[in-house]
Amino acid sequence: MTKLKRMNRIHHKLQEDKKLLSIYFTAGYPQLNDTVKIIQELEAHGVDMIEIGLPFSDPLADGPTIQQSSTTALNNGMHTALLFEQLQGIRDSVSIPLILMGYFNPMLQYGVEAFCKKCNEVGIDGLIIPDLPLDVYQKDYEALCKRYGLINVFLITPQTSEQRIREIDTASEGFIYMVSSASVTGAQEGFGEEQKRYFERVASLELVHPQIVGFGISNAQTFQQAVQNTKGAIIGSAFIKHLTQNGTNNIADFIKGIC
Amino acid sequence: MKTYHVDEKGYYGEFGGAFIPEMLYPNTEELRQQYLHIMGETSFQEEFDQLLKDYVGRPTPLYFAGRLSEKYQTKIYLKREDLCHTGAHKVNNTIGQILMAKKLGKNRIIAETGAGQHGVATATVCALMGIKCVVYMGEIDIARQAPNVARMKMLGAEVRPALSGSRTLKDATNEAIRDWINNPVDTHYIIGSVVGPHPYPDMVARFQSVISAEIKTQLLEKEGRENPDYVVACVGGGSNAAGAYYHFLDNADVGIIAVEAAGKGIDSGESAATSALGKIGIIHGSKTLLMQTSDGQITEPYSISAGLDYPGVGPLHAHLYRSGRGEFISITDDEAMNAGLQVSQLEGIIPAIETSHAFAIFEHRKFRPEELVVINLSGRGDKDLDTYIDYFEL
Repeated sequence: MTKLKRMNRIHHKLQEDKKLLSIYFTAGYPQLNDTVKIIQELEAHGVDMIEIGLPFSDPLADGPTIQQSSTTALNNGMHTALLFEQLQGIRDSVSIPLILMGYFNPMLQYGVEAFCKKCNEVGIDGLIIPDLPLDVYQKDYEALCKRYGLINVFLITPQTSEQRIREIDTASEGFIYMVSSASVTGAQEGFGEEQKRYFERVASLELVHPQIVGFGISNAQTFQQAVQNTKGAIIGSAFIKHLTQNGTNNIADFIKGIC
Repeated sequence: MKTYHVDEKGYYGEFGGAFIPEMLYPNTEELRQQYLHIMGETSFQEEFDQLLKDYVGRPTPLYFAGRLSEKYQTKIYLKREDLCHTGAHKVNNTIGQILMAKKLGKNRIIAETGAGQHGVATATVCALMGIKCVVYMGEIDIARQAPNVARMKMLGAEVRPALSGSRTLKDATNEAIRDWINNPVDTHYIIGSVVGPHPYPDMVARFQSVISAEIKTQLLEKEGRENPDYVVACVGGGSNAAGAYYHFLDNADVGIIAVEAAGKGIDSGESAATSALGKIGIIHGSKTLLMQTSDGQITEPYSISAGLDYPGVGPLHAHLYRSGRGEFISITDDEAMNAGLQVSQLEGIIPAIETSHAFAIFEHRKFRPEELVVINLSGRGDKDLDTYIDYFEL
């Protein structure tokens, strides 16, 4: 019964009649043991979904802000097994969807099945693995994710062809992570006409799965622009910057500033 | 027939593939769909061959190293890639890829470089073609390879420091990949070795395969046989080795010897011997052997040779190692430096320190007098003079 509930946490959230705010942070940053506190604070102040970043030495798709947070987290001593220890019992106090976001190599070293099993045990609902391509996922890992009730989230970008978007829509289960522009994380401020057209173009495809926009959302204005045609938006680098400046204090103020 | 070449999905055995973020999918997919077709076009081949001949100076000689042969009581030939324009084999690949970039309609080139050899080779072909060039180089490497930085600038390239991570080759590669994510439409990324996502390892190997094609022709002329008993090359990422092995991969009569940098010793904690120290993992979009922590964080290798201190190895070489097709030997800094000095004094050729590692195998491994060994002399030692001077207090 609990397993069934877990499987549906992301689905339930997506069915709510509101625009969703998802926040990314890097586990082990700014302090090694901040993970649980940050998650609890984010939920307490109305965040809908959380992406917990598993730090990696070589985060290819990330800009300087998230790179720096990953380096610090690793220097603080964060590693995969420790993150799972920290998350043990998190479901006693937190009920919003939790997604683990990380690069594939640390998962491969942990053992992908052991990793998925552990995710299930601590109550993780989904995975975002930027460097695990769709075809490899489908061939080698889809069955594992399903067995452990994990929703794997795929990315699309402004360069993704319609045919590929539809392929990804078919392979998706929860939502589609819509990368706002051709960039690494934290690279831009604000959205221009080009992004607006891209958001509208994707909306016009009438995909089966809702889209949540990430990359380039840093404040109330960009959040509003991003969610106009989509189900929600993800903030990463801007929140990391907040943590850098304020530690785990004033998370409420940061969230209030968004929506 | 058993083949050691890439399969249609981009794998060498269990290694290879394209583990890339979706942002890079359109670029690598475009390349994957087109590279074989473009390389097969007559006009492409003609232009490539012409530039290799008139601009690079190919074919490079296959030289019988008499005094070295006498010393080690076996027949040693040197494939003189050190005589290529820019001083190393790297330019074979950059010529090929700049022509590829033009065919794909790209008007901006990015590259990564460690010691600066690939950066110089890329800046060179960009100057030749009048295409804008940005080279990423680790901040630490920029400081220790000043002459190559100056060369790239003189050739009109912009050298951007990689400030992230360990600020060396692997981070320069990360920065180049990030640049490609940020500039997906107009930019081609010229990777310098047989690493990265499919189709790069195969494409770069094909451009470098001119090395083994020439070895076959030249050996036939000189010895009346196309195949040596052994072909030896140093391996960092492994592009000169891939080129030297290419046409012998599926011929079991030819022994393949790969020489890695042991640094201060395999167990010293300061090494770049990926086959000995690496575990299977993902680096720069490829599944291969790489040096990493038990938690899957990529570690920083060490070698006195800047061209060999890459934490991974091309997926072809990982497969050659795992399958047993290739014999892997690791050579320490000291062994390499002494071998470099010896070749200089026996043959009048100062090799790049990378190549000096390959020469050191004769102290490790005996060959019979009638056996014919080809060493790929991948680069010349000018760039390494400061290191040689410091080491030998010249």
